[in-house]
Amino acid sequence: MDFLHTDLETLHQQLVDKEITATDLVQAALDNIDATDPKYDAFITVMKDEALAQAAQLDAQGIDADDILAGIPYGIKDNIVTKDVLTTAASRMLENFVPIYDATVVEKLRDAGAIGIGKLNMDEFAMGSTTETSYFKQTKNAWNTDKVPGGSSGGSAAAVASGQIPYALGTDTGGSVRQPAAFNGIVGMKPTYGRVSRWGVIAFASSFDQVGVLARTVKDNAHVLTALAGQDAQDQTSSAQAVPDFAANLTTDLSGMKIAVPKEYFGRGVSEEVKTTIEAGLETLKSLGATVDEVSLPHTQYGVAAYYILASAEASSNLQRFDGIRYGFRADNVKNLEDLYVQSRSQGFGDEVKRRIMLGTYSLSAGSYDAFFKKAAQIRTLMADDFKKVFADYDLIVGPTAPNVAYNFGENSDDPEITYMNDVLTIPVNMAGLPGMSVNAGFANELPVGMQFIGDQFQEEKLYQAGYAFEQATKLYEKTPGGAK
Amino acid sequence: MAVEKLNRQAVENVAGLAKLSLDDNQAEMMTEQLDKIFDLVTSLAEVDTDGVEPTYSPTQNQTVLREDVAVNANQTKQLLDNAPESEANLIKVPTIIDEGAEN
Amino acid sequence: MAVPNFETTIGLEVHVELKTNSKAMSPSPVGYGAEPNQNTNVIDWGYPGVLPQANQGALEYGMMAATALHADITRDLHWDRKNYFYPDNPKAYQITQQQQPIGKNGWLEVEVDGETKRIGITEMHVEEDAGKNTHGTSGYSYVDLNRQGTPLIEIVSEPDMTTPDEAYAYLEALRQAIQFTGISDVKMQEGSMRVDANISIRPVGSKEYGTKVELKNLNSFNYVRKGIAFEEERQAKIYLAGGTIQQQTRRFDEATGETALMRVKETADDYRYFPEPDLTPVHISEEWVQKVADELPEAAPERRKHYVDDLGLEPYDAKVLTQTLEMSDFFDATVSEGANAKRAANYLMGDVNAYLNEKQMDLQETELTPKHLAAMINLIDDGTISTKMAKKVFTAITKGEDPVAYVEANGLKQLSDPAELQPIIDEILDANEQSIIDFHNGKDRAVGFLVGQIMKATKGNANPGVVNKILMASLQARKPE
Ligand SMILES: [Mg+2]
Ligand SMILES: [Zn+2]
Repeated sequence: MDFLHTDLETLHQQLVDKEITATDLVQAALDNIDATDPKYDAFITVMKDEALAQAAQLDAQGIDADDILAGIPYGIKDNIVTKDVLTTAASRMLENFVPIYDATVVEKLRDAGAIGIGKLNMDEFAMGSTTETSYFKQTKNAWNTDKVPGGSSGGSAAAVASGQIPYALGTDTGGSVRQPAAFNGIVGMKPTYGRVSRWGVIAFASSFDQVGVLARTVKDNAHVLTALAGQDAQDQTSSAQAVPDFAANLTTDLSGMKIAVPKEYFGRGVSEEVKTTIEAGLETLKSLGATVDEVSLPHTQYGVAAYYILASAEASSNLQRFDGIRYGFRADNVKNLEDLYVQSRSQGFGDEVKRRIMLGTYSLSAGSYDAFFKKAAQIRTLMADDFKKVFADYDLIVGPTAPNVAYNFGENSDDPEITYMNDVLTIPVNMAGLPGMSVNAGFANELPVGMQFIGDQFQEEKLYQAGYAFEQATKLYEKTPGGAK
Repeated sequence: MAVEKLNRQAVENVAGLAKLSLDDNQAEMMTEQLDKIFDLVTSLAEVDTDGVEPTYSPTQNQTVLREDVAVNANQTKQLLDNAPESEANLIKVPTIIDEGAEN
Repeated sequence: MAVPNFETTIGLEVHVELKTNSKAMSPSPVGYGAEPNQNTNVIDWGYPGVLPQANQGALEYGMMAATALHADITRDLHWDRKNYFYPDNPKAYQITQQQQPIGKNGWLEVEVDGETKRIGITEMHVEEDAGKNTHGTSGYSYVDLNRQGTPLIEIVSEPDMTTPDEAYAYLEALRQAIQFTGISDVKMQEGSMRVDANISIRPVGSKEYGTKVELKNLNSFNYVRKGIAFEEERQAKIYLAGGTIQQQTRRFDEATGETALMRVKETADDYRYFPEPDLTPVHISEEWVQKVADELPEAAPERRKHYVDDLGLEPYDAKVLTQTLEMSDFFDATVSEGANAKRAANYLMGDVNAYLNEKQMDLQETELTPKHLAAMINLIDDGTISTKMAKKVFTAITKGEDPVAYVEANGLKQLSDPAELQPIIDEILDANEQSIIDFHNGKDRAVGFLVGQIMKATKGNANPGVVNKILMASLQARKPE
């Protein structure tokens, strides 16, 4: 089975026509993982028995022609909880943690017949943009194993891009779906805040986190989001907005679509090869009928600082529950209760997590709140207002996803300030709760360059429409890394 | 609005609040790294935010509440099985000395 | 003022547990007596990935409390997180309403030494309760999360009280006000009402408040009164000896009646409050406020006014009947079952109260019903039974028996029919010629003797009023020549 050259609709048709079985697909994915994961290190846990059992059951009862995802395996980022399956968030803290409930997204996909095949590597608690902060392993870029896969959903991106599996779930707090998708040349969608339930997603920053989809093509991606989206009583921030079939009505004509290009997205720090690739991409969009104008999002430069304050503040609170008392890692040989807390947390968390907890704790502490937390929350308002102004006149914003292509391991990790600046183009979307999607726009130095499509809240359809037209015009997805077959 | 630089003592205080212990090296590194991040933060001071309402969440939902209906999850055993230590259906921890818990 | 030349400032923080069906932020049941950790789920344990689910009932109870305490209801609010580590606090934050409490600027009136005083209530907020820790011997403590997430309202008074008695009176008034809303049992002994006191003293005339001491472990209103009184003295002694008061948290020791140091507060706790991002902001509309107000039972002062003005009760009786919601509700129900209000009041304040005291029971725990009490009162009023017979009937209705059936079955019917009584009285008179003579000679004792004989003959079932009437007529008719 060649997941690199077969889209979901084709797989589905083959299943319905009984040319293949769900068991075949699961076995193919397991074989891919066996063969190539020593190279990519994308998986933390492979759900072999569970997946084969579910496939056998589906084969026995037959694949429903209406369930596009039924019988097809997929991967799950390891910060999304799975009942009875180890869920680590790539942290020593949860090295042995087996959840007793399923995340809503996992439940929804199971109801749709989709088969979870394994849990994917990531930055510890999703804090990072290279997957280097994982406690367990170092995932490699699907195009060049000397390069980082991006992050924090690096395992999800590498697994899909290398053809191990057809699609994967990720989470995006400041770019963690879009940036690894960009680094691996696939399609990464971060939906509108509230579009997808967060129930069962191990929280990093609650007002930023969204589950997203990493797939090879725009249409595949759209099919999966259609299955995931919708209101959930278990997440009171999830939206009651109607969920359309995102994969329906996709066309190759962009006539009348008004695209805005923020000049700040081509500023200092954005590499020349990224600029040229995206500029070429914009020409393609024009050739498809879209109009393209330059606009300004004046508060973009403040996004990173404001984001790090707000997201770290929420994280510092969200991660307090990891205290060694009710589940997860508990340090040995502790002197007393205080020592139990301090030792469990100090030994259980890695450096990047500690750094963010420290920053966040400080931002919220007495005397800092106004200058840090509140100030950053005000900047958040200004950034959202910037977007509102643009979306009054335009359908979409387009620019690069990341300032650079994938880089070498260890390259930026010494200086968090530089590492954090890598997120400058993805963070604004999370600040305003908007949908954002990265689609491959070409290659620089043999590495993919992601083009980011940003829409107003609940305008995912427009992102998919533009992305689909662009993808069909360029057919860049036909070029694949060596990877699995 | 000036943002003060973090000194080592402040780092230690914050670590105390966060229940983290830092050895000398870590504390040194953390002070240095946080300081760099604070350089970023200083840039925020130049933005005029007078009268700007803070945004704490992009959610458009309002007044989403659950009806007051009780559901027993019947998960006690599974919950206790995940606890590092438990006894007689209770979670076991080293002696709690200060009974000064707040609520 | 308890200590000469000093004045005392007291503020009270009261936590009240709400009687909702489910917890404040999770659907787990609320209630006592379950096995440890039985009423818990992944939310209560703060599991990775869980989200709070705010309970509409808890918020509405908060609105009811605000209304009962004459507070302004906050129309736009969000929840906040209060961060601190503790084993009974699984998320290491409590979801509360710090920036926008549900109610602000309330008050209660209290009466101390015949004077009425208004005590201000700064604010009240809805929040989550913590679990419960118990302490073992061999170096371990144990955590039960059943109580975790039970909705609370915290009611913060202004520092308006100046004596232990005022604090006591405030707590009485607060308990009554909350109890009459029906949102809580407000029982100190069961922990559904918990009190912390802040107390400071200062020399008379001083403009600044003294350093305040926080008192915990106050398990009854009496302990609050005693603890504050003890602190007044303790702090005054320190002042008089030239010392300074330390900011402390102290516990009240029930055995000694003294307070003891728990911890010194060197720095303010840093709870790092911030808006809870997992919940949505709440808007409370005018209609919603109205709907909740409509569901709210009548408060004690209104009930008292109704009892005096419409039912003709004495003000004192009205006050006694409204001491608890149970009693007041029982009275109302008895009256609406058709009982005479005064007689119902007398029974509740007399026989019923005596019975409850004897049995150490609450009204709810007995088998008494307003319907039976009303039926018994009606049997008295229509002459079917005497008040003396009613004693037996009362015992029966405390056991859940129907009074009408009981009276029937036990032949307790009063003899009131003159046609039945006349022959019996004639017989007695025939046998007691001397008494008739004595009566006509002005010896009143003779009447008493004759009534006694008649009662004996009727086994005490004769209606004394009717007997008296027939007897007097018969005696007149038998006037000797
Ligand atoms: Mg509170
Ligand atoms: Zn409280």
